[in-house]
Amino acid sequence: MASFARYVRFVACAWTALFIMVLALPVSAQQPTRIDPNASAVTEQKLFQEHNRIQGRVSIPDQRSSMLEQPAGRDWRHFRDVTLRWIGGISILGMLAILIIFYLARGMVRIESGRSGRTIVRFSAFERFVHWMTATCFIILAISGLNITFGRPLLLPLINSAAFSEWSQWAKYAHNYLSFPFTLGVILIFLMWIAGNIPNKVDVEWLKRGGGMVGHDHPPAYRFNAGQKVIYWIVVIGGGLVAATGYQLMFPFYLTGIEGMQLAHIVHAVVAVLFVAVMLAHIYIGTIGMEGAFEAMGEGTVDLNWAKEHHSLWLDEQNARTGVNETRRQPSVRPAK
Amino acid sequence: MARMKFLCDADRCIECNACVTACKNEHEVPWGINRRRVVTINDGKPGERSVSMACMHCTDAPCAAVCPVNCFYTTEDGVVLHSKDLCIGCGYCFYACPFGAPQYPKLGDFGSRGKMDKCTFCAGGPEVDGSKAEYEKYGANRLAEGKLPLCAEMCSTKSLLAGDGEVIAEIYKERVTKRGYGSGAWGWQTAYRETIAS
Ligand code: SF4
Ligand code: SF4
Repeated sequence: MASFARYVRFVACAWTALFIMVLALPVSAQQPTRIDPNASAVTEQKLFQEHNRIQGRVSIPDQRSSMLEQPAGRDWRHFRDVTLRWIGGISILGMLAILIIFYLARGMVRIESGRSGRTIVRFSAFERFVHWMTATCFIILAISGLNITFGRPLLLPLINSAAFSEWSQWAKYAHNYLSFPFTLGVILIFLMWIAGNIPNKVDVEWLKRGGGMVGHDHPPAYRFNAGQKVIYWIVVIGGGLVAATGYQLMFPFYLTGIEGMQLAHIVHAVVAVLFVAVMLAHIYIGTIGMEGAFEAMGEGTVDLNWAKEHHSLWLDEQNARTGVNETRRQPSVRPAK
Repeated sequence: MARMKFLCDADRCIECNACVTACKNEHEVPWGINRRRVVTINDGKPGERSVSMACMHCTDAPCAAVCPVNCFYTTEDGVVLHSKDLCIGCGYCFYACPFGAPQYPKLGDFGSRGKMDKCTFCAGGPEVDGSKAEYEKYGANRLAEGKLPLCAEMCSTKSLLAGDGEVIAEIYKERVTKRGYGSGAWGWQTAYRETIAS
């Protein structure tokens, strides 16, 4: 009997103990015997959500290598391989198409009153030197730059890869080194022509009359008309931008890290292709687009009648300063050009 | 053919930099260039992890896509290699690479870039396998000798795995199951567009 009572007591205790253990179970489940070393560990996913790049610390001297991952390179790749080719293709081919159509429709803008045979100095030797230095650099920079973007799809299939690499290597050297005289040229252009390129009221009138490009209108202009002022500011601002971003790419890590270089490349490339498109228009007007215009930068002088038609106010200024009769008289029969 | 990949088990890496040293020595990598490096995230804080990183030999490699002279090629093992004869040192692959793998020897005072150098998965380059020219430009070609990359081979904790992608993924999965945790295969999503389910 006593043993039965002991048995009952034992069972009751056992059940109570079990009951307490069951109650305590959810608590002990939260305290596993093994500590999860990953509970507080950094995870790739979380780091990407925070920064879209993963940066750490390295013990080797090259601190730039502490950037572990930067998937942003993917967006840059898309810009370089797709977006830029569209922007460049459309702006450059589009501009060429516009110029061809314009030439076919309008033809060369003639000096309407014919040549007077008398000329007036328009650009000094120094100004012409700066212009041609910058222009030569620009053309080589443009070709070598376009090669980086369009060479692989357009030129590489035509020649073997060793020859294409050889050419691209020289193009890269040219692009890097000619950037210096080009930048100098842009700075000199900025300084020497700034006085004539501040927009004024005459420009509004000139623009309203479409610059005289359509019809036979000749709106008055000082030394530089509104169209030329636009070109001037594009050269100064665009040239400044391509130079600044270009040097950032040429001297990697001096100014910015990788994301800065990706951005610099985007600005550099977009400004550059638009720059090329605009310069095509500039070259057009300076050559086959307008009679008597090339001489201004070629020989430095222009025909008086050309000046009268295109830069009437400037001619008045010059005449007032020097006296009409001091303009150079040239033999009336000039060799055909 | 196997598809070669790298996998760094960040929960095992002890940041001893043996892989970095092994690589530099095996390929006589020039001064200033590191084909592999160990990056520590959250250094000194709880949950810090170290990851050994080099070129991941990406699927649809960004470097190859942006190279203006098209000097990259992928071997039948899935290793992304390039030709130093064709490279013009433009830096584009470096802008596109998600892992900062391409490196450039500094040439001249302007810091202009020389020919790009990066991890070859110990597979040399376009030259004849095991030739002197190949060694001088790209380092040893261990793969041609039937060996795997030295960095992984000599990793003391076997944190860094190199080899057939499926095999190393299997090893990693097994580890994760056994020990009950794993912070995932770092870089796999970015490089191969896949993760290892753990
Ligand atoms: S890790 Fe960088 S260098 Fe290597 S294959 Fe990918 S993009 Fe190219
Ligand atoms: S640095 Fe060399 S490998 Fe890299 S994108 Fe330029 S040319 Fe190609």
